[in-house]
Amino acid sequence: MTGLYEEIREEPAADVPVRRVSITVNGAKRTADVEPRLLLAHLLRQGFTLTGTHVGCDTTNCGACTVLLDGQPVKSCTMLAVQADGHEVTTVEGLAGPSELHPIQEGFSDEHGLQCGFCTPGMMLAAKALLETNPDPTEDEVRWALSGNLCRCTGYQNIVKSILWAARKLQSQAGT
Amino acid sequence: MTVTEEREVGSPRRRKEDARLITGRTMWTENVVLPGMLHLAILRSPVAHARITHVDTSAARELSGVVDAFSGRDVADIQGGLPCAWPVTEDMVHPDHPPLAVDEVRHVGEPVAVVVARSRAAALDALAAVEVDYEALPVVLDLEAALADGADLVHADKGTNRSYTWVFDSGEAGTGEAVDAALDGAEVVIKRRYRQQRLIPAFMEPRSVVVDPTGDQYTIWSATQIPHILRFLVSAITGTPEHKVRVVAPDVGGGFGGKLQVTPEELIAFVAAKRLGKPVKYTESRSDSLVSAHHGRDMIQDIELAARRDGTITGLRVKLLANMGAYLGLVTPGVPILGAFMYNAIYKIPAYRFECTGVFTNTTFTDAYRGAGRPEATYAIERIMDELAVEVGLDPVEVRRRNWINADEFPYTTVAGLTYDSGDYEAATTRALELLGYDELRREQAQRRDSGDTVQLGIGVSTYTEMCGLAPSRVLGSLRYGAGGWETASIRMLPTGKVEVVTGTSPHGQGHETAWSQIVADQLGVAFDDVEVLHGDTRTSYKGLDTYGSRSLAVGGIALYNACQKVVDKAKPIAAHMLECDPADLEFTGGQFRVRGNPDNGKSLADCALAVFAAHDLPDGVEPTLDADAVYDPVNFSFPHGTHLCAAEVDTQTGRVAIRKYVAVDDIGRVINPLIVEGQVHGGVAQGVAQALFEDAVYDADGNLLSGTFVDYTLPSPADLVDIVTDRTESPAPDHPLGTKGVGEAGTIASTPAVVNAIVDALRPYGVNDIQMPCTPERVWRAAQGGGA
Repeated sequence: MTGLYEEIREEPAADVPVRRVSITVNGAKRTADVEPRLLLAHLLRQGFTLTGTHVGCDTTNCGACTVLLDGQPVKSCTMLAVQADGHEVTTVEGLAGPSELHPIQEGFSDEHGLQCGFCTPGMMLAAKALLETNPDPTEDEVRWALSGNLCRCTGYQNIVKSILWAARKLQSQAGT
Repeated sequence: MTVTEEREVGSPRRRKEDARLITGRTMWTENVVLPGMLHLAILRSPVAHARITHVDTSAARELSGVVDAFSGRDVADIQGGLPCAWPVTEDMVHPDHPPLAVDEVRHVGEPVAVVVARSRAAALDALAAVEVDYEALPVVLDLEAALADGADLVHADKGTNRSYTWVFDSGEAGTGEAVDAALDGAEVVIKRRYRQQRLIPAFMEPRSVVVDPTGDQYTIWSATQIPHILRFLVSAITGTPEHKVRVVAPDVGGGFGGKLQVTPEELIAFVAAKRLGKPVKYTESRSDSLVSAHHGRDMIQDIELAARRDGTITGLRVKLLANMGAYLGLVTPGVPILGAFMYNAIYKIPAYRFECTGVFTNTTFTDAYRGAGRPEATYAIERIMDELAVEVGLDPVEVRRRNWINADEFPYTTVAGLTYDSGDYEAATTRALELLGYDELRREQAQRRDSGDTVQLGIGVSTYTEMCGLAPSRVLGSLRYGAGGWETASIRMLPTGKVEVVTGTSPHGQGHETAWSQIVADQLGVAFDDVEVLHGDTRTSYKGLDTYGSRSLAVGGIALYNACQKVVDKAKPIAAHMLECDPADLEFTGGQFRVRGNPDNGKSLADCALAVFAAHDLPDGVEPTLDADAVYDPVNFSFPHGTHLCAAEVDTQTGRVAIRKYVAVDDIGRVINPLIVEGQVHGGVAQGVAQALFEDAVYDADGNLLSGTFVDYTLPSPADLVDIVTDRTESPAPDHPLGTKGVGEAGTIASTPAVVNAIVDALRPYGVNDIQMPCTPERVWRAAQGGGA
């Protein structure tokens, strides 16, 4: 397992198997030699230094670690890195362009959809997946689509508003 | 007093904080990586009470990647003990609280041994190789049984499970009459027992700490609400000189009181880092967090209310048993005591007695959780007010109206001895009733009752107040709290006229960077974007008392305001010198000093900042700086209040509760940023609703935490909650130059009784007068079947 620095790895113990995985992360192909038990969340955070993916629980409940796997939201704390081999992963770092925020990010800021921000990346990625299949969701549909993501700060009201804001913006962009 | 144009305060500014939070560029403690950093894993007790007869870490130490492994016995002489800063009585029983258990474990999850390794995985793997033998001791869980003669003991050497008994009696204190006489002669006496279930703060970011020993300097990054208090106490506990300890609270992912603690894990990481001379990181898993980070609530409340037949309250007696858990945390004993001042709530009560006994049990220790003592008090009084309404045949709003303090009676000194500064309960309630459509819903309720609808409608009322802006230092001193309640702010004027603000508050989601910028922008007449707020690092912000108790704006905001005034005062003679006028002829508006009657001729604060930077031509004797510090110690608490109403549909066949409409009208004084305020209300209400309906930290008969993961400790999801309606009334705080009060805890304090009152109200026709929280479908269904709950 590589650390956050480009370092020469210590020789893994002889009894530790290693698998090579290649994952397209936010459009760029990344390769790593990992223990088969390594979680995707840990590969993203420690291996690829994409620390915008957060680990908030260990039981697949909170959704802070949500990323998109081939466009589908998955909880990266409950997926092995080797299971993502050959797939495309989108993390929060892949949402914004170099100078422009994604409408979902704009929506979260504009509607005050975050306070501490720990759940926010997972919320935004779950929202992205929703809006790609349902560009004009109702409030209730947003609530159910995000029901696998927990927030302790906002009571969700402004998260829902943020996503509806983004839906409107994305639709107006698509219409022009 | 400086007169400025108000442009920023009151505006729903989008938050400065968001830029990093929405792009994944946040700096959590868990993101801190240092060269050579090691990872720490903690072996925790699997049993609630046992003697440790044997620990052997030698096998763990031999494993690949492992650098060190040790137990409590190995560091017993150097690890120090965890602090309790609030010895509420002189004779409070305060047991030792070693970070790593030495001879005995007293709750499941208590740290027993440590492995330090080059990777977290290696450290966690090696925990399995640590051998510990336990000899079981009797487990104490029930609060009343714990106080019985001959009870098994959590701390055998203390001879008792009672930590303290704290009493307030208005007859003795001279703030009111004696309560016994009031109860004896009362026309109506209502007696209830309410149970505040145990809750877990469950901040989303698990706690994490990195300790870096470099030379004789220790830098501690921690996911904490209290970097300043942590620095002081780490220094005191470990004997490290204070100037050799730096604490950084980088971005912190929620706290809700749960990170208002000096934790065993922080001290264990410190011991490990010192022992090894290398940086060490510990990040907890959620399962670790739920069993070891402090819990909240967990009280038995016996409450008696005396009243006349017309609904006028004549006396109130409250007797609490408060579960301390196995040890005393930083403010554990004081949490229920904060409630002592709040049971009388917004009501004029002539006689009051409060008695609280803190009890040790073999459970995770409790401490502050959002509201800390005040939600418990508000729950009990607002629940029993509804019972009084039923007993005397009044509408629950009317019975409150007959007892509350009227707007023209402020300032009002209560039977608990506090002086409420301002408020208008009638105004907030009237607005809330309008927004809910109260009368119409009452009609619908009557129809459903008449028709025997299987889905009944209930309306819950909660007219709350709270004390926040913790706190006047003298009051804290009189309550035997170990610290003061002041707050500090510094303004650093940069040569280009840009402003750096250093605050002693320590935000973890509240948006201080934004709100503080708004205040400074108005006071100094600079642009919102020209202000940078620095916090959470004791190297830049060396002084402060941090963020909890809705104190940051109510106390820190005044310090900030005062610091701004000092900057203006310092700049004035410099501007006058440049304008060749008498300083007395200058006025300061919109960032400009102008000669009165000559609006065209002015100098900006930025001109003055540049002038002191050059310092070529300053008036004689003027120090070349505009920088200013201010420390503010509040003269009083602030007392936000409001009326929350909940209309709930209760399905008597399934026990399902659906909130139909929830209205929150809060009076928090003047508002700096309505967007942030609304967010605080939403989140606060959600946590209070969660106590009413969902959350419960449950132990089995052996002291195992059954709700030890998010599978079992059920935080509400987006699908479990509904949008609420918010509005505000405004009674500015007279002691605050900006008129603000505090909003961090209001929603949590108000909402729990509103929801439970609604459910009980719905089921009154079924003979129901109480339902134990959380009001799960099973409990609600049983209550509706007449089976009690």
